[in-house]
Amino acid sequence: MTTREIDLKAQDSELLISLFKDIIRLRKFEDKVYQLFLKGELPGTIHQYQGQEAVAVGICSVLEKSDWITSTHRPHGHAIAKGVTMRDAMAELYGKETGCCKGKGGSMHLGDPDVGMIPAIAIVAGGISIVTGIGLAFKLKKTKQVAACFFGEGATNEGAFHEGLNMAAYQKLPIIYVCENNLYGASTQYNKTTLVEDVAERVKSYGMRSVIVDGMNVVEVYLAAKAAKESVLNGEGPILIEAKTYRFAGHSRGDAKKYRGKEEEDFWKTMDPIERMKDSLFSHNILNDDSYALILKDIQTEIDDAVLFAQQSDFPPVEDAFIDAYASKMDSPKLVQL
Amino acid sequence: MTTNRRLSIGEAIREAIAEEMERDPNVFLIGEDIGIPGGFGGAFGVYLGLPEKFGHERIIDTPISEKAIMGTAVGAALMGMRPIPDLQYSDFIFECMDEIVNQAAKIRYMSGGKLKVPLVLRCPVGTANRGAQHGQSPESYFIHVPGIKVVCPSDAYVAKGIIKSAIRDDDPVLVFEHKLLYGSKGRESAGGMDLTAEVPEEEYLFPIGKALKKRNGTSLTIISTHLTLYRCLAAAEELAAEGIDCEVIDPVSLLPLDTETIYESVNKTKKALIAHEDTFTGGWGAEVAALISQNCFYDLKAPVQRIAAYDVPLPVTPVLEQSVVPSVERIKEKIRQLHKMGKS
Repeated sequence: MTTREIDLKAQDSELLISLFKDIIRLRKFEDKVYQLFLKGELPGTIHQYQGQEAVAVGICSVLEKSDWITSTHRPHGHAIAKGVTMRDAMAELYGKETGCCKGKGGSMHLGDPDVGMIPAIAIVAGGISIVTGIGLAFKLKKTKQVAACFFGEGATNEGAFHEGLNMAAYQKLPIIYVCENNLYGASTQYNKTTLVEDVAERVKSYGMRSVIVDGMNVVEVYLAAKAAKESVLNGEGPILIEAKTYRFAGHSRGDAKKYRGKEEEDFWKTMDPIERMKDSLFSHNILNDDSYALILKDIQTEIDDAVLFAQQSDFPPVEDAFIDAYASKMDSPKLVQL
Repeated sequence: MTTNRRLSIGEAIREAIAEEMERDPNVFLIGEDIGIPGGFGGAFGVYLGLPEKFGHERIIDTPISEKAIMGTAVGAALMGMRPIPDLQYSDFIFECMDEIVNQAAKIRYMSGGKLKVPLVLRCPVGTANRGAQHGQSPESYFIHVPGIKVVCPSDAYVAKGIIKSAIRDDDPVLVFEHKLLYGSKGRESAGGMDLTAEVPEEEYLFPIGKALKKRNGTSLTIISTHLTLYRCLAAAEELAAEGIDCEVIDPVSLLPLDTETIYESVNKTKKALIAHEDTFTGGWGAEVAALISQNCFYDLKAPVQRIAAYDVPLPVTPVLEQSVVPSVERIKEKIRQLHKMGKS
């Protein structure tokens, strides 16, 4: 088992602080979203990311804006980590026209092509299908871009996982598959329905490389992502990073998590990626009370601004419902009948 | 200049794809058995010669893996490529319904119009003694899906022009082609009609969303596609001797549908029959019949009629198969019935 203490691996302080700040940004954003949701300000449902922040931040910190990611029904963290502004994300969650998908995507399709994120795919393993094409386009165009594909361990029993990984492996596509193994597919425990313990083991059958990391340790995820990106760009073919992690939130809005034991939850609380990182930064004198307070203050300002922006934005005009289905003008009877 | 050359649909499509690959480096083929040296050039030989011309970087062979093929096409399209995935038979589309219905059709909308998914999926349909899992005509499933376009070319001229339009289109286009119309061996099934068409050497496009009038007439309007279209045309020729003068329309595009051409014809003839090889219930004929009833009701002299495959899976043995799908005889009988209706 991994230890609680995070080894900072002698990384640059600025980088470490940046990683630390980003995992807090994701956490605080989600905490705020939860409050707003309970207040009835956000339509639909939400699937939250608390607990898994180190994965999104560690991976996205090595990606350029021109690199692309695909995400899942639990995309808020991926979006913020990839560079969707809190304003654009919050407005989208509010269903406002200033949202990154103009209110048409919402929580489960959060994403912004302007920063290299396909609107999140809320069909389990759906992103695994698509990312092969993103990688293929990079290969055919001979660009130095990579694609990262986020999904949970629950996606690994979908056909798309096996078809997609095989396709990417034999074509040596520049893809980093990121399996966030948070142990549960909704309420069902992974090891009750799958005999192979590690997802990393499964991909070997496709001739794909894989690595297991502590998904609650942002430094470890970052270093794995950095190495993965280098190797993928070197033409070594795709790689899977299995990040062992845990979601502190329920599966979705109404989940009371009765299928999980207190002991298990308590253990994972001790592995909180933020607390662990904070302790290490403090003990290495990279962070102190003042600088920590400043970080929290900055983040609070960013969130307050995003909420205000979202609240003050307009809902899209009703006519917006009838555009964007097609690129070209369509006189389909279905639209004409209106 | 024009040499009056006649091509089969298969030849016309090959030419269309080659021209578009030549024109746009983003166009590429990906699928099963499409470029293997010594292989088939796709399940129906349409791609023969293309790998030699464009190389295996743009003619990408895949395992039998429909979800991966379609998913790859969608992803590549999102990145600005113009993929032409190939799954062989249209029956196999069901293996990747998610990639088509949930992804290709919806990502543009979900992104608030920031992304587009330009891809062309060719879908060979139609009975050819191949039975329940290799002979369906599933185009009707897809006209129910906003975000994709559905076209059904039935002759070489249209096929070449519309494939080129589809490749240049910024939306996903599903092109349904009838297997027996690829070459000339379906001639007998088509009521003995010539299945080649004149295809000019010069470049042209055939627009998506435009119907074609295949035969002028005054007694009633028949709307049909693919092999059934030829059977309707054969039936129309035979019934001319009985004084029944059929107008025959090939809608070409089912989504979007050229309602203008259809309504204009029905308003003239006052009667409509829709004929297709897909099964009856929920087939595209039902949608067209509903639209005609809704928009031409006061001009109609008889209820809109439909003729389609009976609602059973397709059997293999020819005697059963041909009794399930609309034959020239069955179409003639239906036309006679409709002709008699509403006589004042």
